Amino acid sequence: MSDIPTKGASPQYFDAAGEGSGLANKRASRRQFIKGVIASGTAISTAGLVFGGLGGCSADSPPVNVGGVERLLSLNVNGQIRRVDVLPQETLAMTIRYKLGLTGTKLGCDRGECGACTILVDGVPTYSCSMLTQSVRGRSITTIEGLEGQDGRLHPVQQAFIDELGPQCGFCTPGQIMSAVALLETNPNPTREQARVALSGNLCRCGAYDNYINGVMAAVGRV
Amino acid sequence: MAYDLIGKNFTPPDVRAKVTGKAKYAEDFRVDGMVFCRLLLSTIPHAKIKRIDVSKALAMEGVLGVLLPEDLVPLEDPLMPPVLTDEPKYIGEPIAAIAAVNETVAEDALEKIEIEYEPLPFVIDPLESLYPGGPAARTEGNVGNRANIELQTLHWTEEDFASVERGSMPKGKPAVEWSAGDLDAGFANAAYVVEETFVTGSNPHHSMEPRTAMAYWQNGKCHVYGSTQSQSMIVLGLAQYLGIEPADVVYVAEYCGGGFGSKATPYPIMAVPGLMSKKIGRPVMMRISRSEEYFLGSARHCLQGSVKLGFNADGRIAAADIYCLQANGPYFGFPDFLNSAQTLGACYSPLATRFRGVPVLTNTPPAGAQRGPGQNQFACILEPIMDRAAEELGLDRLAIRMINAPSDSTLLDARQSPMTSAYLADALQMAAAEFDWDNRKLRSRQRRGSKVTGIGIGSAMHTGGFYGFDGLVRILPDGKLYIHTGVGNLGTYSYAATSRIAAEILKYDWDDCVIVRGDSRKHLPWNSIQAGSNTSYTQSRTNYVAAMDAVAKLKEIAALDLGGAPDDYEIDGRRVFRRSNAAVGLSYGEAAQRAIDLAGKFSGQEGPEDVNALTKLALGGIAGTGLVGVAKDSADVGGMVATFTTGFIEIELDIETGRHEIKDYFAVCDAGTVIHPEVLAAQINSGAVMGFGMACTERAIYDPQNGLPGNTRLIQTRPPSGLDVPPSMTAFGVDKPDPSNPVGVKGMGEPPMGAGASALLSAISDALGGHVFNRTPVTPDMIVNAANGRLQSNGPLSVFTA
Ligand code: FES
Ligand code: FES
Repeated sequence: MSDIPTKGASPQYFDAAGEGSGLANKRASRRQFIKGVIASGTAISTAGLVFGGLGGCSADSPPVNVGGVERLLSLNVNGQIRRVDVLPQETLAMTIRYKLGLTGTKLGCDRGECGACTILVDGVPTYSCSMLTQSVRGRSITTIEGLEGQDGRLHPVQQAFIDELGPQCGFCTPGQIMSAVALLETNPNPTREQARVALSGNLCRCGAYDNYINGVMAAVGRV
Repeated sequence: MAYDLIGKNFTPPDVRAKVTGKAKYAEDFRVDGMVFCRLLLSTIPHAKIKRIDVSKALAMEGVLGVLLPEDLVPLEDPLMPPVLTDEPKYIGEPIAAIAAVNETVAEDALEKIEIEYEPLPFVIDPLESLYPGGPAARTEGNVGNRANIELQTLHWTEEDFASVERGSMPKGKPAVEWSAGDLDAGFANAAYVVEETFVTGSNPHHSMEPRTAMAYWQNGKCHVYGSTQSQSMIVLGLAQYLGIEPADVVYVAEYCGGGFGSKATPYPIMAVPGLMSKKIGRPVMMRISRSEEYFLGSARHCLQGSVKLGFNADGRIAAADIYCLQANGPYFGFPDFLNSAQTLGACYSPLATRFRGVPVLTNTPPAGAQRGPGQNQFACILEPIMDRAAEELGLDRLAIRMINAPSDSTLLDARQSPMTSAYLADALQMAAAEFDWDNRKLRSRQRRGSKVTGIGIGSAMHTGGFYGFDGLVRILPDGKLYIHTGVGNLGTYSYAATSRIAAEILKYDWDDCVIVRGDSRKHLPWNSIQAGSNTSYTQSRTNYVAAMDAVAKLKEIAALDLGGAPDDYEIDGRRVFRRSNAAVGLSYGEAAQRAIDLAGKFSGQEGPEDVNALTKLALGGIAGTGLVGVAKDSADVGGMVATFTTGFIEIELDIETGRHEIKDYFAVCDAGTVIHPEVLAAQINSGAVMGFGMACTERAIYDPQNGLPGNTRLIQTRPPSGLDVPPSMTAFGVDKPDPSNPVGVKGMGEPPMGAGASALLSAISDALGGHVFNRTPVTPDMIVNAANGRLQSNGPLSVFTA
């Protein structure tokens, strides 16, 4: 999606006075408009849009595919092989959320800036909004749903995040947890500073960083 | 007073779903046949739409329908933001929506809409609009606000603007004015007078969850899954936007991925899926993108103004004169500008005050309440000025804050309301002790290479509670307590902590309590918005009155069945029994069964007359299921409930790069009795984190020539990451009860942000030898300029700058 709306048409402005000269000048000559309206031809990235068959939620609608043909892939998600039709431009976040029904992975920005969509690909924390599904064939994917044991036992990081009251609104939480799990897999004894760095790719607008890092440190030794 | 539950930590019931990914936010719902819609947004800051042709879009395969302004219920209040408009007043304002089988098709269809705009004058800078003949953001006027300031036209004279050449705030005819005390005498006798022109930046709310919504119709009711801080309060406004009765709205908002004020009340765009769904007969999901959040997601109001303070020799503020404009956006906005004087009044209780201000309409995306709206901006301006005054008067920076701290006689705002309690002085003292102020202040301005230590103090306030809402609890024959709460779940867990008040009154074991919430079908009472730092205070009152009603009914039932008077009976959390002989009694479950048998008021078939219609509806839904406690919290609290936080900070400022590092942060809040210590500390710390962003990195910028936004990505107006905060933070509460609340608690969510922001700015100014920027955010280039004695690139009055 484009940043600034450009759909339909865009105006052009003409600045007769040569603006930018400070407030006092502005009143002397109001800016004038040229009403010439030009058509816009903005290219829109479709990677962040919901497309394709939508795994059942639009079962009765005609299949309308844009930008390519779906291909059947086998994905290894949370230890299970899942067969799924995937478009060439489809991101892993979209596949996970809309085709596999795993909505624990969140979309905060859909462009690699916030970390809400963090999952593990072969154990490495990865922004799933910024990875094409077709590129993860044969690799092992873990989402937040894959951490809980079969018996309903929480992963030690999940339990520690409860004990330390990590989440506030909770929207960034799955991403924070995935980053923490990856850290403790590779470095079972991190310092607080190392934990801060490991989770620094996960923005939390609620600002709950202190509690999250407390959670990571509480999980040390429990993993 | 000793409590069993109040003041103790506990795990709120919704935390587990948040760590497992099972918590469902609006975009996580799926319904059979669900389709998607996308919005056509204005590309022009102000225009009339001369022609719009959707026929080509509608003819596309996969397109299911279009929604246009003509499909909407007209709004009576011209300041109320519409769902869709045919006179866009900012870039990014929604004009139409298209539904299609998927978003790609919808997006392609938007491209096929033919639209012809007739551009109209527009304005970004509030002052510009006030010039004689200046542009108006609306065809109907250039001034207005939800604080009873009608849409009107206001221009100042040429002479009023003479001061602009000197870079100081012009002060023409205000739209609002009030004063208290003898201002002239205060200034005439002052030992030190300071007057500063200031600008505070706007910054986006940046809720991590964009405001997605999904809706469908079933049996004549519109089911909406939304992202809001509040629950019951959303239903009324949403019904209005949908053009239906509140009883025909089913509203689900179990989780909300952050709102910070931007999702407190119903916002127009959340009605689009419901309206579209009605038109096309399919469930509709509307996902809002991060970029769109910069138009639809609200932002803090930008303020432009001046503050003049007169100090007595002992540091006491004798007179304060504030003039404050606000960039209001094109609709009703929020009265941030008024709250500037409220902060000054509450934190510094000047002996005389005059406030003047104008909310000027601008063609910028609608701004609204953001955590400490007005209070927090003004705290950022005020604290460095207080530091300067201390220095000029030869006073300690803590001492000047102590001497001005509010007392029982402090009166606030135009109405000159007293506060129900104000323990800012205690908070200052406790934080100073913890921070070791006397020793640490000696480190101020110490330099090692390019690094200079800065020590700062910042305080902020907000109103901390409302009254007049309803409480509803139920004891079922299973013996459990069901606490119905319609306040919402914005992520602070206050819905849970306040539910424990009902459990405390009924002496329940917390494990036997269930909180009922998140879905209007669950029979939720009329509760406040979850905003304005009010939940802890307001909901503790409603849960208290409902629980008291339940206690009375338990005793009445026992007296009816077992003889004697209700007063002869006592409760212990499981049974209601006779005081003189504990063997004579009923279990709560038995009493609930008896309530069902007795019916009438005992089981909710009859309720109090004074409760809200929504509560009556809820009562109708649960009547006959158990013992119902229901009441309106109607007692007048006799003043403004005010909540305070003060923060003490040590930073290291690199004057070559302009970057700072926070070494330590200590904060203490006055929120009355502490009901949930762990959450209190988390709110104080995390609020400060948000404040650090407001102080230094976050701002909304608009191109004054074309009205274009300069930030539509997180990285362009960056919220703090985990590396921008101190390695650890310390926070606690004064823990002195507020006399007007049954358990002494007040709200607390907003001042922690203002305290963090203003303490950081106080420390930056300190490191720069007392330099006062009079602007937020303070960015690295401004710091480097100040350190080198260079002019700043922004004029003193420029707004929406980088
Ligand atoms: S949603 Fe992927 S980084 Fe933000
Ligand atoms: S908990 Fe709300 S964004 Fe992190």
